[in-house]
Amino acid sequence: MSLLPYLDICLALLVVAVAFWTIAARDLFASVVGYVAYGLLLAFVWIRLYAPDVALTEAAVGGGVTGVLLITAGKRLGGLRNVGQGERPGFGLSLVAGVLAAAVAGALCAVILMLPDPPPSLAPEAVAAIHGAGAGLGNPITAVLMSYRSFDTMLEKMVLILAVVGVWSVGADNAWGGAPAPFRVSKPDAPMVFLAQMLAPVGVLIGIHIFWVGADEPGGAFQGGALLAAMWMVTMMAGVAQPPRVDARWLRVALVAGPAVFLVIGLAGGVVAGSFFAYPPALAKPIILFIEAFMVLSIAAALPMLVAGSPGERPDR
Amino acid sequence: MTELWTTTPGGYLIVLAILLPLAGIILSFTLGGRSAERVALGSTPFGLALACAIALHVGRAGKPIVYVIGALEPPLGIALRADGISAIMLITTAVIVTAAALYARAKFATPDGIRESRSSLIFWIMLQSIWAALIIIFVSGDLFNLYVALELLTFAAVPLVCIDGRPETLVAALRYLLFALFGSICYLLGVALLYGAHGTLDIPLLAQRVQSTPVVWTAAALMTGGLLAKTALFPLHLWLPPAHANAPAAASAVLSSLVVKGSFFLTLRLWFYVLPGLSADQAAMVIGCLGSAAIIAGSVMALRQARLKLLIAYSTVAQIGYLFLVFPLATGAQSWSAMSWSACFMQILAHAFAKAAMFFSAGLLAEALGHDQIARLGGAARVLPLTFLTIALSGLSLMGLPPSGGFSAKWLMLQASIISGQWFWTLPILAGGLLAAGYVYRILAPALSDDRISLKSSPKRSQEVLALGLAMIAIALGFMPQTFSDILEIGRPIAAALP
Repeated sequence: MSLLPYLDICLALLVVAVAFWTIAARDLFASVVGYVAYGLLLAFVWIRLYAPDVALTEAAVGGGVTGVLLITAGKRLGGLRNVGQGERPGFGLSLVAGVLAAAVAGALCAVILMLPDPPPSLAPEAVAAIHGAGAGLGNPITAVLMSYRSFDTMLEKMVLILAVVGVWSVGADNAWGGAPAPFRVSKPDAPMVFLAQMLAPVGVLIGIHIFWVGADEPGGAFQGGALLAAMWMVTMMAGVAQPPRVDARWLRVALVAGPAVFLVIGLAGGVVAGSFFAYPPALAKPIILFIEAFMVLSIAAALPMLVAGSPGERPDR
Repeated sequence: MTELWTTTPGGYLIVLAILLPLAGIILSFTLGGRSAERVALGSTPFGLALACAIALHVGRAGKPIVYVIGALEPPLGIALRADGISAIMLITTAVIVTAAALYARAKFATPDGIRESRSSLIFWIMLQSIWAALIIIFVSGDLFNLYVALELLTFAAVPLVCIDGRPETLVAALRYLLFALFGSICYLLGVALLYGAHGTLDIPLLAQRVQSTPVVWTAAALMTGGLLAKTALFPLHLWLPPAHANAPAAASAVLSSLVVKGSFFLTLRLWFYVLPGLSADQAAMVIGCLGSAAIIAGSVMALRQARLKLLIAYSTVAQIGYLFLVFPLATGAQSWSAMSWSACFMQILAHAFAKAAMFFSAGLLAEALGHDQIARLGGAARVLPLTFLTIALSGLSLMGLPPSGGFSAKWLMLQASIISGQWFWTLPILAGGLLAAGYVYRILAPALSDDRISLKSSPKRSQEVLALGLAMIAIALGFMPQTFSDILEIGRPIAAALP
């Protein structure tokens, strides 16, 4: 008799409890903290579901980047406390929203129990991908994302660029070309600077490692890129580095590098491998790693830019 | 059946049509400044040519053209498939995007003395993004790939709403974003359920596998609800009027003519291509009723607006309502089904061209007069004859007067309602026409009066001609030959023909 099922039940209850806390919390900061905790707990859930790749992504994005984004946004809103306060949705609207959310959640709970068991799945075919289109890779998830679903993967990176452009687009006209507000305007404190200087090199190394082992083990371009992004954000928060200007050529190139390299290689596949987005089987692994290296760069550049905000915003105090 | 998943001759054109605007986005963003405009304008002729080439291949072959990406077959791989409706929508999109790009040159050229301006860069990047996203929506055969395309469309459309940077545009954009993200997450939940139940996301494969189970119905309800929010079907239309009325004219035209049609197109794909085996008469009835309510409510609201651009935006809410009558009218394989199908696409096209022309004209009017208050339009038609000719012609199509695309669409809808014994749909169709006549009259009547009015600046002739050209297309659609219906039927699964 193992203890694990009980731990699983506790974990599930905890996730639900934290979700309720996040909704019920009156204070903005409290609910952001709840949300970050929720993301991290979900990462544990994914590990228990034997999906370490998803767990890494959830921890990096759901817990990490989104958390920083929300805290930064909350701090900036705090500076505008007297603007637009008092417009809380009425009781009727809250009731309708609550009933709707409960109905959707209830329906989902009900039908998930009705799903076929064992579920129809493409997993066996995905596992076979490491001998086919993703030849040479040991991680079927990377193989599928970079071969069978390469078109989706490229488009998602395009969405990421658009998100950055969208964030920049709400800046003021006369600020265009400038840099987003620094993360920190007060004098950097010594422990934070020390942390940034000690953590960042190690974190960068681990990020590159996660990307590199992603070919054969859990990990990959997104997880590695997200860790690099976190390291850049830490240095900016410590005041060791400043956000770059939005018209800096190197930043633009870094942001588009992933999808651009992907697109060119996909196009070349039409000539070299007989089909767009196909790779010559003998070279599949090096080509996939080559594309992923540039995707790591783009992700590491895009996520901090999403958090930094539009150019020329007033620094938060 | 395996020929559904085999690359056909001409299939490569689909990939090229998608990669062209994607490459345009990358180049525009990297080079920045004036290059963004040059890349966008320079790529439009090629995009138009690719759309025509795809349509030609589909028409000649008489069956969809397919491209299996990476030669990796579904269900794990992705197949792109251009059928009759894709072909028609690809050409429509290419024409309107090209017109919008040409029209926008006046406003979104990078000013002299500046290396790069915010609004210009954003506009040219987002215009190409909308184009890319719509092409994928029209040709993708995979529900998850379609989700990514929907996200691309949302992230491209929202910044266009607040490109002016005024506070009220930010409010409108934020509201649009919230509705659109609600729609995305509902759609994605539905997709996940369908995958959980059937182990595939490929549209033809799903069509063979789905059965009328609670899981499938929940998925269908979630996806439909999400898509309706993005299409702004009444009562989920609240975001549309402020968003479309606050965007600059070129962007409003693209948003109203094309972007809402993207999510509508997906709704059609869902019900007629993924779930044709579901007997969904009651669901179709509900959607038809919402469409009817949209026609009446949108038109009445349009009648009450003081600002021209808001009037046109509410007219979009009403005209979208007509599209949803296709659900009760075109299910099944009866004789009226094909008729309703043509009517629906004729309405999409007629509205797209007429509405783009109207928003272009409203933009010209606002530039020339310095305001867009309907009450202060007295005598404007005398000083801006070409612009008001455009408004009158596109108004004709919106009302559904012959000869025009709008007339053909509504006439076919009326016929289909009566033949199918669902005569009650004729009421909203006719009432909508009368109300449309009312709101078009509201614009034209004061403008044709004898009042004197002074212009702040005279409008650009090239922009006036572009708007007029689009209005003429909306009229010319009324003379569309029978081949139009035949093309629309290419690759359309008929419920009765399925196991």
